[in-house]
Amino acid sequence: MDAGIVSYGAYVPRYRILPETIGNVWGADGKGMGKGLYINQKSVPSPDEDVVTIATEAARNMMARVPEVNPKDIGAVYIGSESHPYAVKPTSTIVAEAIDATPAMTAADLEFACKAGTAAIQICLGMVSSGMMKYGVAIGADTSQGAPGDALEYSASAGGAAYLIGTEKVIAKVNKTLSFTTDTPDFWRREGQPYPKHGGRFTGEPAYFRHITSAAKMLFEAMGTKPEDYKYAVFHQPNGKFPTRVAAQLGFTPDQIERGLLTPNIGNTYSGAVPLGLSAVLDIAEPGDRIFVVSYGSGAGSDAFDITVTDEIKNYKKENAPVMDKILENPVYIDYATYAKFKGKIVMPQE
Amino acid sequence: MSSVAREWREIPGRYNLKGSKCPVCGKVYFPSRDLCPHCRRASIGKMEPYAVSREGEVYTFSVVHEAPECNNRQKPYVVAMIKTSDGIMISAQLVDVDPAEVKIGMSVRAVLRKLDADGESGVIHYGYKFVPKR
Amino acid sequence: MREVAIIGVGVTKFGELWNSSFRSIGIEAGLKAIADANLAGNEIDGMVLGNMSAGQFIKQKHIDALVADYSGMASNHIPCTRIEAGEASGGVAFRQGVMAVASGMQDYVVVAGAEKMTDMDDTSINSVLDTTADAEWEASMGLTFASLHAMIAQRMIHDGIATREEIASMSVNSHFHGALNPNAQFKKAIKLESVLYSSKVADPLGMFDCAPISDGAAAVVLCPLEYAKKHTDAYVKVSAVAQASDTLALFQRDDITSFMATKVAAKKAYEMAGITAKDISVAEIHDNYTVSGIMALEDLGFFERGKAGKAVLDGQVQVGAGKLAVNTSGGLKARGHPLGATGVAQIAEIADQLRNKADKRQVANAKYGLAQNVGGTGSAVTVSILEAI
Repeated sequence: MDAGIVSYGAYVPRYRILPETIGNVWGADGKGMGKGLYINQKSVPSPDEDVVTIATEAARNMMARVPEVNPKDIGAVYIGSESHPYAVKPTSTIVAEAIDATPAMTAADLEFACKAGTAAIQICLGMVSSGMMKYGVAIGADTSQGAPGDALEYSASAGGAAYLIGTEKVIAKVNKTLSFTTDTPDFWRREGQPYPKHGGRFTGEPAYFRHITSAAKMLFEAMGTKPEDYKYAVFHQPNGKFPTRVAAQLGFTPDQIERGLLTPNIGNTYSGAVPLGLSAVLDIAEPGDRIFVVSYGSGAGSDAFDITVTDEIKNYKKENAPVMDKILENPVYIDYATYAKFKGKIVMPQE
Repeated sequence: MSSVAREWREIPGRYNLKGSKCPVCGKVYFPSRDLCPHCRRASIGKMEPYAVSREGEVYTFSVVHEAPECNNRQKPYVVAMIKTSDGIMISAQLVDVDPAEVKIGMSVRAVLRKLDADGESGVIHYGYKFVPKR
Repeated sequence: MREVAIIGVGVTKFGELWNSSFRSIGIEAGLKAIADANLAGNEIDGMVLGNMSAGQFIKQKHIDALVADYSGMASNHIPCTRIEAGEASGGVAFRQGVMAVASGMQDYVVVAGAEKMTDMDDTSINSVLDTTADAEWEASMGLTFASLHAMIAQRMIHDGIATREEIASMSVNSHFHGALNPNAQFKKAIKLESVLYSSKVADPLGMFDCAPISDGAAAVVLCPLEYAKKHTDAYVKVSAVAQASDTLALFQRDDITSFMATKVAAKKAYEMAGITAKDISVAEIHDNYTVSGIMALEDLGFFERGKAGKAVLDGQVQVGAGKLAVNTSGGLKARGHPLGATGVAQIAEIADQLRNKADKRQVANAKYGLAQNVGGTGSAVTVSILEAI
């Protein structure tokens, strides 16, 4: 397959809240919770931010780095999220308009819990490889909600990353992508319900670990590779603990996953998690670096990617948009009252 | 409920700062105009689309404390007149900034944010706001 | 073109008139003016009404018909015209009335301004006000009408044209006069500190920098100058009515610390009247926000750029203090600001000053008076000059 990543862009909102701040409200040991999850803080979107605005900012960053690409050559925009602003009316058309890609293109919104963004990447890879279009845009972004007082309140955060997929001037070639998918109800949200529910301990071994390790092993077999063949590995990261454990299980070292592990610093950005982790790796990657990526979405499935960074990355105008280190510097810490206000948890008077 | 069509029509301006350029005198305008106020009749049917620069400087500002209902969750918030790098003046909110840190002359850039929504079940309106250029 | 006179004046109290509907306020001022003019009523052959937002405030459009009907004029089927020009509705209505008489098309015209604001909640009222700015590119972007004026003030302070205290002192001046006006909404003088520390609206402006929400009406009766003596000894001449337009949005102006429309209208008005700014001894200016008042004093040529603020702060424009008394009615801030009524109320005050009927706030020997009424952020301005006969 000749196709791969032509450009990428990321965005994480500025605001942060600490686990102890959340714990104090519910009489829980927030600091302890944070330690247990290996999450030091999480990002909080401003009241005027949502998946549309986050995806737009990431996509604009992505386009800024390839000024020679005509947005009208984008043939598709797919956005994966579990917090699309509308139940019916796509996020993708708004973002497509905001990057001037419309109207000769297709678009759709995806949902597959935390792996909807990587599913979008797979779709775009298929579309550009088959010659259907020159470029496809795949975005994973979320402004996930954690129920007040629930464990997820410490981790559910906001952020997203966008990928321009194509076959020309590829900076990171996707050597192979495959997936492992089953019907496993570990985590879900019914239509109209504000907060998701989960199966507690069931979300571990039968869900996250099974699908990631299965997809990973399938990829090792398909490519004839071992963990040591890769410079970096990025795994889905609902907290800091799970990816650390699954990496060890598969034989990866902490060094390999460190760069792509953002959750301890920004929380679980759900559909944005793996796309953001990969973008942090690409920020520092050199030609020839091989990257192993496995996402996970509840419900359940894992998308795995074997990626090699090309020489083209030397020509890539990465500095035209902020790199992850710049995006994450100088965050603004807020208290729980502000957090509740921002997240719309306070009942405001109606007109 | 506000007009769906009215706000949809303004998307090129609201999302992408699309204004107009008069090919007769070269002046650029935002929001877009069908007629150049300078050239008037000579410009009818000739106005060209023009993408206003997304970078600029704060020309003046204020911190709004008494706000319309749709902005209640953001009070107090900053509004500003911004002079873009191509010399056009625009009015917008300034976000992701501590109101106490806003200064005339501050460098800012345009981003897409939620403006408001037609209630809980209506359309969400997006448009430009500005953030400090970091 | 004939010369025009004002032969009668009528105003209601301004304030929160809970017991009065629009219908009753609208006609009260008109009836007072007609009685003041010593007319029977049947002489009236035209009415012009300034009203900004009855459609929103009381859900009544076609307000011309309502006023014609309830004032009893509809039975004579005279033409009644409603004018809307934001807060300049009254001033523009006055100019239209003067033009009707000057042209010879009508002889006795009642010009009224009326607004009933308090039938709506405060937040909604402010949203209506916001629509006199650019609804699509200012109001919808979250810029409130107050914040537009606050941005003007911020820039004026930055450019050294006026200090925060000087801007605030416009309110002190208005309240000083309001205390002398029995019809004013606020009849208490205030200190500068009260303005500076009033609850925040849009920095740097606080509540006391902003005109209140008010109900009220004002009316004047016009007729050809040569007929005035037939009806009353207490008449004044309309020496000039000028009007100018400008861009809708504040951000489309070349300069935001001055209203070009005021300058243009003032120049035309002085030319029409054959006088200069120095000849004006009493002026009603549009202090919907303190900063607007300070700007107006410079745009009207009363003070040089950067000097008006200090003059107001030093109390120099209070009645009896200097050569020019400003807002002896209490201005928009203290007398009250029923949006469409204000422009006509300004005319009523100047007329009373020139007819020596201004009681405790009387300016001595006033020959010429000026009224400035502004719509939007200076998008429409009327400047009228009256002369004592």
